Amino acid sequence: MKLFRNIALLPLLALLGGCNAIVLNPAGDVAIQQRDLVIISTVLMLFIIIPVMALTVFFAWRYRQSNKSAPYDPDWDHSTHLELVIWAAPLLIIICLGAITWMATHLLDPFRPLGRTAPGQAVTREVKPLKVEVVALDWKWLFIYPDYGIATVNQMAAPVDQPIHFRISASSVMNAFYVPALAGMIYAMPGMQTQLHAVINKPGDFKGFSANYSGDGFSKMRFDFLARDDADFAKWVSDIKANGGNLGRTEYLELEKPSEGVAVRKYASVDPQLFHRVVNLCVQPGKMCMHEMAAIDAKGGLGLAGVNLVQSIEYDKSARRGSAPILAKAYVASVCTTDAPMGADMADVQVTPVSSTPLLGAGLPRPAATFQSFAPRPSNS
Amino acid sequence: MFDNPELMKAIFGRLSLEALPLHEPILVATFIAVAIGGVAMVGALTYFKLWGYLWKEWFTSIDHKRIGIMYIVLGLVMLLRGFADAIMMRAQQVMAFNGSEGYLNAHHYDQIFTAHGVIMIFFVAMPLVTGLMNYVVPLQIGARDVAFPFLNNFSFWMTTAGAALVMASLFIGEFARTGWLAYPPLSNIAYSPDVGVDYYIWSLQVAGVGTLLSGVNLIATIVKMRAPGMTLMKMPVFTWTALCTNVLIVAAFPVLTGVLALLSLDRYAGTNFFTSDFGGNAMMYVNLIWIWGHPEVYILILPAFGIFSEVVSTFCGKRLFGYTSMVYATVVITILSYLVWLHHFFTMGSGASVNSFFGITTMIISIPTGAKMFNWLFTMYRGRIRFEVPMMWTVAFMLTFVVGGMTGVLLAVPPADFVLHNSLFLIAHFHNVIIGGVVFGMFAGITYWFPKAFGFKLDPFWGKMSFWFWVIGFWFAFMPLYVLGLMGVTRRLRVFDDPSLQIWFIIAALGAVMIAVGIACFLIQIAVSIKNREKLRDWTGDPWNGRTLEWSTSSPPPVYNFAFTPVIHDNDAWWDMKKRGYERPADGFKAIHMPSNTSAGIILAGISALVAFALIWQIWWLAIVGFVGLIGTAIGHTFNYHRSFDIPREQVVETERARTQLLQTARA
Repeated sequence: MKLFRNIALLPLLALLGGCNAIVLNPAGDVAIQQRDLVIISTVLMLFIIIPVMALTVFFAWRYRQSNKSAPYDPDWDHSTHLELVIWAAPLLIIICLGAITWMATHLLDPFRPLGRTAPGQAVTREVKPLKVEVVALDWKWLFIYPDYGIATVNQMAAPVDQPIHFRISASSVMNAFYVPALAGMIYAMPGMQTQLHAVINKPGDFKGFSANYSGDGFSKMRFDFLARDDADFAKWVSDIKANGGNLGRTEYLELEKPSEGVAVRKYASVDPQLFHRVVNLCVQPGKMCMHEMAAIDAKGGLGLAGVNLVQSIEYDKSARRGSAPILAKAYVASVCTTDAPMGADMADVQVTPVSSTPLLGAGLPRPAATFQSFAPRPSNS
Repeated sequence: MFDNPELMKAIFGRLSLEALPLHEPILVATFIAVAIGGVAMVGALTYFKLWGYLWKEWFTSIDHKRIGIMYIVLGLVMLLRGFADAIMMRAQQVMAFNGSEGYLNAHHYDQIFTAHGVIMIFFVAMPLVTGLMNYVVPLQIGARDVAFPFLNNFSFWMTTAGAALVMASLFIGEFARTGWLAYPPLSNIAYSPDVGVDYYIWSLQVAGVGTLLSGVNLIATIVKMRAPGMTLMKMPVFTWTALCTNVLIVAAFPVLTGVLALLSLDRYAGTNFFTSDFGGNAMMYVNLIWIWGHPEVYILILPAFGIFSEVVSTFCGKRLFGYTSMVYATVVITILSYLVWLHHFFTMGSGASVNSFFGITTMIISIPTGAKMFNWLFTMYRGRIRFEVPMMWTVAFMLTFVVGGMTGVLLAVPPADFVLHNSLFLIAHFHNVIIGGVVFGMFAGITYWFPKAFGFKLDPFWGKMSFWFWVIGFWFAFMPLYVLGLMGVTRRLRVFDDPSLQIWFIIAALGAVMIAVGIACFLIQIAVSIKNREKLRDWTGDPWNGRTLEWSTSSPPPVYNFAFTPVIHDNDAWWDMKKRGYERPADGFKAIHMPSNTSAGIILAGISALVAFALIWQIWWLAIVGFVGLIGTAIGHTFNYHRSFDIPREQVVETERARTQLLQTARA
């Protein structure tokens, strides 16, 4: 297979010699296997595509009207043998490709922990993957390193040859987390968590970005992926520990407001519950977490009394994205538990109401004053 | 009164003078150009006193041939708009390097790529496909019209109303900035509070009614109105593909209507189907929209396959190879197209078994598609190929489409899709199949059936110019996108920071310019052909030595298509008739019962557009009045008893006699 692959690579490489085709020349083991699949599938299909194209050209030329020497058989329209071949040939290719697909899809399932970090380098039980929690914000990336208690914006680093376990979510709309050098993409969705297991094998600076359109600032939603050896990675962490700020819930609510082309930011400490709260849509102080609501609902809900728990605020940060909501959104406030009789969150966090003045992307004009009736009006009561 | 905001809101809803995009110089210039063009056209129509003619003979016509032609005109007009969007995107992506923001801001650029997708699929490809089916299918099955002629007119005007709404969004308010499928949460009210997504929803809902009804209509026509002797397995392949396409339309479009209705409930009524909280889930929307969306691509490509089948056997002067397997392949594709939708979002995180299931079903579709390809190939084998323009499009299709098919199967391998999804590789792939398949097919079909519709051929020189610019332009425009996709460039980007990408965008833009020349050549071709129509005239009704029934009648066919319903003995019915020395009947004509024209369709569609406009701008009183008017007009129409008339026998005799004479002169 290896020789086969190398032969197949040659023309592609020649073609793309001039440009940096990162998808065909990645630096992580997962991406390399995905690249191999791209090439193997292409070669398999070329077995049928090339003859078809060649035959098309040949028949078109040979049976042109002016070529009177070619046989003409106007009523020939059936041949069982030929029919068998034209159905069987694609079928055989698809059987091969289908088998490869089934195996590769399971092997390279992004949710599946890595079995190896490179060909022949099995991952042993002792190896602890680097945990990274990723949040797609409007329009930048937040990376939380729970093991180190640090966080960064628009830059992440990882040690080479160590498995990385990403947990991925989003604050507002759908994005896709993609570092072509590292591994394939996976969607980042609000209120949900996807996962990606990957490893980077070569030190270097790579690019990551959102691969799913998410609004005005999408084009600049890019980050640096720094692959470092262990010593450099340790230095990167300690630098952040020494110089970074703090990322608590209040800071997060400030950070998640839409902005574009944000410079790298580093946080020496981070609220350990932050990612959990992002996924459960309850970073905002006083808001019930989704999993709590789900647990209550699973037990039959709170009945009519539960209605009293619903308060009306806007979720979804619409005001901060440059528009006021049309319909006031309702949400459920925290419930009292034995651990926190006054409601889970109210006690320890100072409640700073979030400004509802419209926010703009950096350097962008307000998206059309067209809809003035939606602009937040100063209350006159 | 004007300083009372409450009153103004009650009267005008969200609509205000600010909705006019006076701050966008590009749009102002476009508007001025459109306005001048519009005034000139209205002036010319008035000057030449054409309004009455247009209204009586075309707008209110229930003749499937006229409606088919109007569909195609609509598709071509919208092609110009959709292509203008494409050129603007290409220009932006060429410019936006090295810190330059290009010439479009995000607000404008995001509308352009959304509008490009929506227009090209719904208002270019769909009208062209529906138009050709409308024109050709009744003729191919020996029918005098479709099953429900009034419904046909109504369907056309609903599609046009949807297109008009999209066009209105250019100058009043804005269009969606969400991408052509408007995924929530982005398309939900919290992130798209403006009218853009409402324009999207209502234009598709209005046009969707038209598409669905036209699907019902054509199914009924094909199932019930075939000439005697035309069993299912004697139907021309184009009619087969039309049948399958319309089955897909009827089964798929209600899903689109449903999912858009849920989205509008989210946007208008505060429900939470697709929000992130309160149990809503955007993934449902993504699934539902693709349950419609995947069959939709087969809705577009199957009729194109049918056209190629007709063209290839006509211009090879040979029976289609493997008719039976062609039909089965079409039916298998129809069924399988419902089992593959998830391949559009492997990256959403389904389990490996789910992803591989949908990956493999997708690959299975390539088997019947491959079989079709071989069938065309072996039709050429031992043929006598006349390289007229339709046949050139067919060969170009065969060479182009296989590449798109290959990259499509590649994208069906989930781990490969993980590195290529949403990239420009994907963009290149689907333009490869839609341009290389559907668009080439439509041009082949238009060139092929144009002499049937108008009685003269299209000028071959300009047709070939258009062909070469389109085909070469296509390869230049989209091969660089494959490369860019392999370089990890994702779609819908407005600015770039890697200068090494620029050269590829420049090549792609050059390709787009070549396609623009191709479109211009096509328009010139039509103008030149009209000018030289006497030279290009075909008196026989059968200019290509055709094989199917539509070539047995005159060009253009009489209103009633066939004076006598033909009897069918072979799937190449006309070829068979010619072979057996068919003689035109000279007498025994009877009066022919035909449906009457009606203005109900255009009025209903006009009111629908008004209701949609009122809903978009939340002008509630107008929406209510309009809706009542809509129901009232529909009920009123049921009291119209002048539904049909008889073409008197004398007129039929006269028409047929004139044709017989013409044929004799032509033969002599």
